[in-house]
Amino acid sequence: MQHGKYRFIVGFLAVPLGLYGLFVVWPFIQSIYYSFTDWTGLSPEFKMVGFDNYERMLDDDIFWKSLQHSLLFALLLPLVTLSFALFLAFMINVGGRRRKGGPAISGVRGSSFYKIVYFFPQVLSIAIVALLFAFAYNPDSGAINSILRGVGLDSIQPLWLGDPNLALWAVMAVIVWSTVGFFVVLFSAGMASIPADLYEAALLDGAGRATTFFRVTLPLLWDTVQSGWVYMGILALGAESFAVVHIMTTGPGGPDYSTTVMVLYVYQKAFRDGQAAYATTIGVALLIVTLAFAAVVMRLGRRERLEF
Amino acid sequence: MKTTETTAPVPAESGTPVTKIDVSAKKPGGKKKEGTTLNVFSHGILIIWAFMVVMPLLWAVMTSFKDDASIFGSPWSLPDKLHFSNWARAWTEANMSDYFLNTVLVVGGSLIGTLVLGSMAAYVLARFDFPGNRFIYYLFIGGMSFPIMLALVPLFYVVNNMGLLNTIHGLILVYIAYSLPFTVFFLTAFFRTLPTSVAEAAFVDGASHSRTFFQIMLPMAKPGLVSVGIFNFLGQWNQYMLPTVLNTDPEKRVLTQGLVQLAVSQGYKGDWSGLFAGLVMAMLPVLAAYIVFQRQVVAGLTAGALK
Repeated sequence: MQHGKYRFIVGFLAVPLGLYGLFVVWPFIQSIYYSFTDWTGLSPEFKMVGFDNYERMLDDDIFWKSLQHSLLFALLLPLVTLSFALFLAFMINVGGRRRKGGPAISGVRGSSFYKIVYFFPQVLSIAIVALLFAFAYNPDSGAINSILRGVGLDSIQPLWLGDPNLALWAVMAVIVWSTVGFFVVLFSAGMASIPADLYEAALLDGAGRATTFFRVTLPLLWDTVQSGWVYMGILALGAESFAVVHIMTTGPGGPDYSTTVMVLYVYQKAFRDGQAAYATTIGVALLIVTLAFAAVVMRLGRRERLEF
Repeated sequence: MKTTETTAPVPAESGTPVTKIDVSAKKPGGKKKEGTTLNVFSHGILIIWAFMVVMPLLWAVMTSFKDDASIFGSPWSLPDKLHFSNWARAWTEANMSDYFLNTVLVVGGSLIGTLVLGSMAAYVLARFDFPGNRFIYYLFIGGMSFPIMLALVPLFYVVNNMGLLNTIHGLILVYIAYSLPFTVFFLTAFFRTLPTSVAEAAFVDGASHSRTFFQIMLPMAKPGLVSVGIFNFLGQWNQYMLPTVLNTDPEKRVLTQGLVQLAVSQGYKGDWSGLFAGLVMAMLPVLAAYIVFQRQVVAGLTAGALK
């Protein structure tokens, strides 16, 4: 297999590596460099300014707001989404009624139906989902307030996305809605590979469903939960939150910056305000948050796992 | 219920579904009434969530057939008659047909490019030993974990300087580049699992490396290509961030972008019914594809996250 090997390797790697280097790696390296300049992005001239951008960032109230929101996204969204998905997946796969002569564990009736339906939002573009819910949240003619009126709750007509105290939660709910199904299916696949005799042993010992879940299912599924947690956190810090906040909330990231997240702020600084260098500085902060988040989850996850 | 369970993508279901045909024992009259309330409770939640997932989608479909007055007046009422004109208007006047075509072009080109280039790189990385192999591999998969947004500002100028801004082929090249990390990661693992003997036999018979790859290995890798292809298709079809930044020419908009622009600017004369028709138009193809290829989609996507 030696003849012409290197020519072949170079021939096969050149184009993919070239594209990847040019459009992904190179901009990535550049952005760290730009964060030390005063580049506007509008003209080609710029000079080095050292840590000026970083100092400015630390004094920027909106930056701190966006950081706060992004952290909330990264911590709360995975917690809510994954817990709910675990509950649903457990019900679907293990929570079925025990039947005489049947297997020790089984899902509830219609489990495959649930799995198909729950996955629907996952195949839709987050942009389309965001648009749909922006209509649903409309305070006057939206579907949600209309339901509230329909059940006689005329007095409760929140402004949803227009209310600075509610907007962020309304936006987060949409991300939960669109991602839970994916994790239900993911955890179902994981649960299906847990050997049935472990459940049978637990049942013989008289374990109820809650005990079975916390003593058998969760520990054995922990690796999947952990990688799901990182995956969800990165989504919540990046693409997903950008689309939802950018599309759903009006003005500069919601009323009174109440929904601004870091990705959105990077976008606005770079492409709206013509402050490319400052935008990349916030981008570097976002990178640090993302890496720190992944590291923390991995670390915490390892400790948890040793307990069992 | 007595149809064979099409549950998880993983076939190793520990025999659960096979023994599940015991329909007679399902009568609630059994003495095991352990957790009946819990059952009602959990069933309730499952049903409510299914409802909450489906309702917004049905609502969108329903609304797309209504006229503007009843959309605002009574959001939940059924359409007085089916206003198919909404769909026609969205398709032609609101340029949905153009956006659709742009999306098909961009995703079609990107998907083919991603699969060809990704499998070439993955094949070399998986099966050849050469200096720098590990480094290039980690360089590729490192791209899975960093925030795209960070690179987006310089990327805009790279693309701009190359004269590729607001072009279909420019967007295709960028989509391919950003799809490569996961594709290379997934296919490298896949190529490692394929038996070497066939490729070696072909090589001994005088086939060149490239011929061995295209005629022997690539066909053998078909299941892996399908999985990663579905994953990339959904990701690229639903892409929003990259086109928003790199593609600001109204003529070149892709579906997601076009819809959002319509809604935000209300450029379409506040035609909400037309907008809903467009929204449903963009939703239905992927939903239909999902229902048909349900099993492959789930397998492709979960394989992606399980790493």
